[in-house]
Order: sequence, then C-alpha cells, then structure tokens
Amino acid sequence: MNNQLSVQHLLGIKDLTPEDIQLIFKHADEFKDVINRPIKKVPTLREITIANMFFENSTRTKLSFELAEKRLSADVVNFSASGSSVSKGETLIDTVNNILAMKVDMVVMRHPNPGAHQFLSQHVNTTIINAGDGTHEHPTQALLDAYSMREQLGELQGKKVLIVGDIKHSRVALSNIFCLQKLGAEVMVCGPSTLIPKHIAELGVQVSHNLDEALAWCDVANMLRIQLERQGSDNHVANFPSLREYSMRFGLSKAHLDKLDKKIIVMHPGPINRGVEITSDVADSEHSIILDQVENGVAVRMAVIFLLAAKIKRN
Amino acid sequence: MKPTPLIDQEQFRLIINRLCFELVENHDDFSNTVILGIQPRGIYLAERIKDTLKEIIPQAQIDYGVLDTTFFRDDFRRREQPIAANATSVPFIIENKKVILIDDVLYTGRTIRAAMDAMLAYGRPSFVELLTLVDRRFSRELPIEASYVGKAIDSIDSQRVTVEWAHLNKAKKDRVVLHTSAHNE
Repeated sequence: MNNQLSVQHLLGIKDLTPEDIQLIFKHADEFKDVINRPIKKVPTLREITIANMFFENSTRTKLSFELAEKRLSADVVNFSASGSSVSKGETLIDTVNNILAMKVDMVVMRHPNPGAHQFLSQHVNTTIINAGDGTHEHPTQALLDAYSMREQLGELQGKKVLIVGDIKHSRVALSNIFCLQKLGAEVMVCGPSTLIPKHIAELGVQVSHNLDEALAWCDVANMLRIQLERQGSDNHVANFPSLREYSMRFGLSKAHLDKLDKKIIVMHPGPINRGVEITSDVADSEHSIILDQVENGVAVRMAVIFLLAAKIKRN
Repeated sequence: MKPTPLIDQEQFRLIINRLCFELVENHDDFSNTVILGIQPRGIYLAERIKDTLKEIIPQAQIDYGVLDTTFFRDDFRRREQPIAANATSVPFIIENKKVILIDDVLYTGRTIRAAMDAMLAYGRPSFVELLTLVDRRFSRELPIEASYVGKAIDSIDSQRVTVEWAHLNKAKKDRVVLHTSAHNE
C-alpha cells in the first residue's frame, strides 16, 4: 500500500482515489486510539502552522478541525469573515496571501461559494483543506460518515446507504455520494422532488420519494438537516409547504424503525432540527451513531491533516 | 551480492533463550514489569521473548503492549517515502512500572528516542530498559545503548540488516542477514 495521498489538497472527495480513502481510514484508526489516551496529543506537526478560515458560520466543524490540529501539536490561527477586512472589500486571494505572508503552511477553509477552494489552489501557494464550499462538497464530513459506517458494518462494499432530505442544497450529500461510491456502496437519495436535483440519477444513485420504501431498502439512513437558511433562495419560492408537512412525510420517527424487520443505523451530520428531519426518540436511540460521528470527526480530520502535512515541502 | 548470514537458526534460538534468562535474572516474576514491542518489526521479537518467558516461568502474568513511533519521529517530512502509522496497543498504565522496550535492530537510536516519547503517554515508568537482537554498534546518532544485546555487529551505513522470522518467510527459518548493495563491493 502506498503511504502517500495522491493529492496535494483536499478540495473534494471527487479527486481522491479509493486507496487514498483507505489510507485516511487506516490513519484515523490510529488517531482514534491517540485521542482516547490519557495524553491526547502527539508532537508530529509541531513545525506546522494552520489557519482556519471560516467565511461561513460553523461550530462543530471548526471546533473539530481546531481540536484535530491541536492534538497534532500544530500552531493554529483562527479567522472568521465577520469583523474582518473582507467586509472592507478585500479579495479572497489577497486575504489568504496576507495570512500566508505570516508563514502559515496550511489553510482549512469554509466558503459560501462553490469552487472557492479550487480557485484558490490555483492562485496561492499553500495546502488547502475544504471544510465546506457552498452547496458543492464537504469532504471531511463524508469521510467521517463513511468511517463511522465502516466502524459499524465493516467494509462498505455492497452496503446500502440512504441519504434523506435536502439533497439539492447539501454539500454533505454530494460528498457522501462520491465517497460511498468509491468505497463500493450503493446509494439512494430520498426527499420531496423539489429538494432532489433533476439529473442526480446520472451520478448512479437511486431516487425515491417514499421514506418507508427507502428505509426498507437500506442498511444505513443518513438524515440531512433541512437547511432553513437556504430555503426560498431559489427565486424566493419555498421548496415545501411547511416544516410540519416535511416532517410528516420525510421525518424519521420511532414508528418507521419499528415497522422494519431489521436494525438500521441512523446518522445525522448535525446540527439536528429535532422534530423536523428526525424525532428526539430516534436521535437518542440505540440506532443512532450521531455522537460517534462527532468523535470520529476529530480522528478523521487528524488523519487528513497529517497525511497532507507529510506532503508539504520543507524549505 | 548474496546476503551474508549473521545469525543462523540454532544461534537464534540460543540467543533468544539467553536474553530471556537475563531478563528473568533482573525482573523475577515480571509482576512489576511490562514489555513493549516497537512497531513495525520489533513486535515479532517481543512476541517471541514473551512466549519464551512464559515457558521459563509459566506462572508469570506478563503485561505486553505494542508501541508505534510514527507520530513521535524526528524525521517527519524529511523522508523520501513517508512512514505509515501502525497500531499502538498498550492496555495498561505504566506508571511506576519497569518497562522493557524491544526492537529487532538498534541502529541510529532515533526510533528508540521516539519510542520513549510515545511511551510517556501511558505514564511515568520507574525504570526503562532496551532489548535488541542486533546492535549495529558504532552507528549511533544519539546517546542510546541497549541493556540486553543479542549480537553486536560492525556494519556501514550502506549495508542493511534484516531479521527473518520463521513464521513469515518461505524457508520457515529464523535468521539474521546482512545485505550489502552492489556498488560497495
């Protein structure tokens, strides 16, 4: 097995090979062990400085990245768009180059514009990790989701994964589809037709508009958050009549799980709208691995940062 | 060039036995001693030592763990081909214990330095010793010496020492060989 990633940046899952993903998982196993020790830290990245640049709100991802960086002993600087020079009209390249001039080796960035990372990777000289770009990709979330599934089910080859909810606005859904397919899993998406992109079947995924049928098919159900902030953004037309109607047709409740003759795994990338896409009793049930996902998030991000840092040239 | 044999199967067995008796002399029944094999190749020696100790003192409970040094090495980003991480498994706390670190070949001493760093995540041992099958003396880059040595050999940097384990090779034989690359002949 090759010990190096095939890429210089993590811009999206689309660029990774299945071997890259397995290499990340292998290292995540070891980092998960590290973060469960009395001393949760290793000195590997003491020469590396990482800037976390969040041009869009985030609590969990930012915290998870920051913990991952600190547990690898990297120096960390944080930047958020609110209250910065971005509001004074500075361009993205200028902002990043200014930060790099302070001798930063790696940038973890979240940006509202799809492709911002791709663009930046072509114009600045640093290693870039995508922590979410608009509705495009959120690669570390997909990696930690697949890693958490693998922990429960073993290798994902042939496993059936259902993604429910707002597929159209979800970078988590797109990254998950790429990641799961690269690992050999079958993917189905489910939601109201207004929230399913028209040509998504082209990606080789199945489409369903009936939650009960879809649940009967799957081994794992990943319930996405209804992104209230992105609803009505398309010509100000709402995508479904009301939250109540959405939750009646596509919200996962205990009654759904009781109807099944098998035990499925329930996931959610957070933050949860309790009572909308998932009811509280399901979110807190033994089916749910939501908190495992959060723990694994740190280990998987440590693996990604470690493997990319190994590729940074020394001066 | 054909590899030069350093230790054959019979010598191998005798050396392992001698090392184990030396350990028993210093550690009695291992009630306050733990063994840590260093990944990736030191674990085969550590397992062999542990199994042989069990034969010598069957009543002993020997705490055994494996330690990976990848995240503690001082050559991160300095190697052509990066090292992949291996599993660490230390299912006990080493606070106030005597620790025996085990690696197959002692060369520059840098792996042992990293191992000592990695070990400290599990507590402060009262005492640390190092056991090695082959000591490539005069090649040390750090002030580190082994407490128990199977065989000390003289070698130069371009040579390579490999320990072959019966359960891992086709010949089903334990042995140690010295490889010399062609351009040094």
